[in-house]
Amino acid sequence: MLTILTTYQDVLIDGFLNTLYSSIIALFFSLIIGTLMAIFQLSKNKWLKGLANAYVEFFKNIPLLIIVMFFYVVVPLYWFSIDGFTAGTIGLTIYTSAFIAETVRAGIMGVPKGQTEAGLSTGLTQNETMRYIILPQAFKIVIPPLGNQFINLVKNSSVLAMVTGLDLMYQGDLIASETFNTFDTYILIGLIYLIITLPLTYLMSYIERRLNVTS
Amino acid sequence: MTIIEAFSWMNIRFLLDGLLVTVEVAVLSIIFSFIIGAILGLLRYMKIPIFSKIVGGIVDLIRNLPLLLIIFFTYFALPQIGIRLDIFWSAVAAMTIFESAMLSEIMRAGLNSVPSGQMEAGRSTGLTYLQTLWIIIIPQAFKAMVPPIVSQLISLIKDTSLATIISLPELTHNARIIYGQNTTYVIPMFIALAFFYFIICYALSKVAKRFETKLS
Repeated sequence: MLTILTTYQDVLIDGFLNTLYSSIIALFFSLIIGTLMAIFQLSKNKWLKGLANAYVEFFKNIPLLIIVMFFYVVVPLYWFSIDGFTAGTIGLTIYTSAFIAETVRAGIMGVPKGQTEAGLSTGLTQNETMRYIILPQAFKIVIPPLGNQFINLVKNSSVLAMVTGLDLMYQGDLIASETFNTFDTYILIGLIYLIITLPLTYLMSYIERRLNVTS
Repeated sequence: MTIIEAFSWMNIRFLLDGLLVTVEVAVLSIIFSFIIGAILGLLRYMKIPIFSKIVGGIVDLIRNLPLLLIIFFTYFALPQIGIRLDIFWSAVAAMTIFESAMLSEIMRAGLNSVPSGQMEAGRSTGLTYLQTLWIIIIPQAFKAMVPPIVSQLISLIKDTSLATIISLPELTHNARIIYGQNTTYVIPMFIALAFFYFIICYALSKVAKRFETKLS
């Protein structure tokens, strides 16, 4: 296992970084899209609400792989060429944004109604109340579940391997087929994933416990 | 009309065959992982010194790995140490390993959600620890567990699509074979895939929601 690590050090670091990049890019954009969708879901506009509900329900209930393959297979066939990393990251963003929308929506609904009324009665508009009063409080509620979404994101980013996304899993697969030492290679790849996900898991359960104590 | 050609009876039957494999793998895995997850969850709940900690550690390790890696592992790596499984059982084994860890976490949380006074009350009526667990705690905990278990089943059904990489003949794999023969079938096949997965998963999520409102 150590020889694999030293021989393929550069490839592994490359894959590790690509996994991280993909996860962080996807997290950033899915936070934006997810929050927007959550706000739309709670809005009074019938069309926006319907659109956001359809988006969330649709992408939550189909496999991530199908979304990623859509961008990798269908998009180049009819529109423009796209590499595996981009296709995978777009797919991850769309898939995760549906789950983040659910989480943020629950968070917004968790903020007491009086806060909205208080905001409105101080003369803030509906949008300002949402932006300055409700969302900051909602984000405090959703930090632990969002952390869990990020952990899922890192794990899910392994589907990039199925569309030549050059991530950790993909590189691991290549190394395994080159060395024929599948057992050690996959254990090594697993350990590298755990370097990212395990500390995050413990951090999140720590934060969750602390928030429970203070509230 | 490519759409009509793409959905010829032969192709639809091929897709339905794939769907059947998807459901088989998902159902078998959820049954196995329900049993294993229940045992692991109980072991962690009972807080046996050292032992429960070790079980908890292993569960945390598995929970934090990508499922795809576990699928690769059961199919490509296990033969190296002499365990040979065919494609179908590799997929079931991988899903079972991963889901057992997920379900044990759900079970533990469900058991912990029962107030500790229930245990004390049970013990003070003269029941043994195991009797209290079985008669008082588990039935109450079960209510809290049903919705997350159903949503775990939903992710399991979606995740079986990953097993297409070891060419398990499930829904996604069969759709890829069909559009591999004719590129004009690509869009119809993606529509079919989205349709099948969505129908099953959406229906299950509605069932989960109904349970949630009914039980609370």
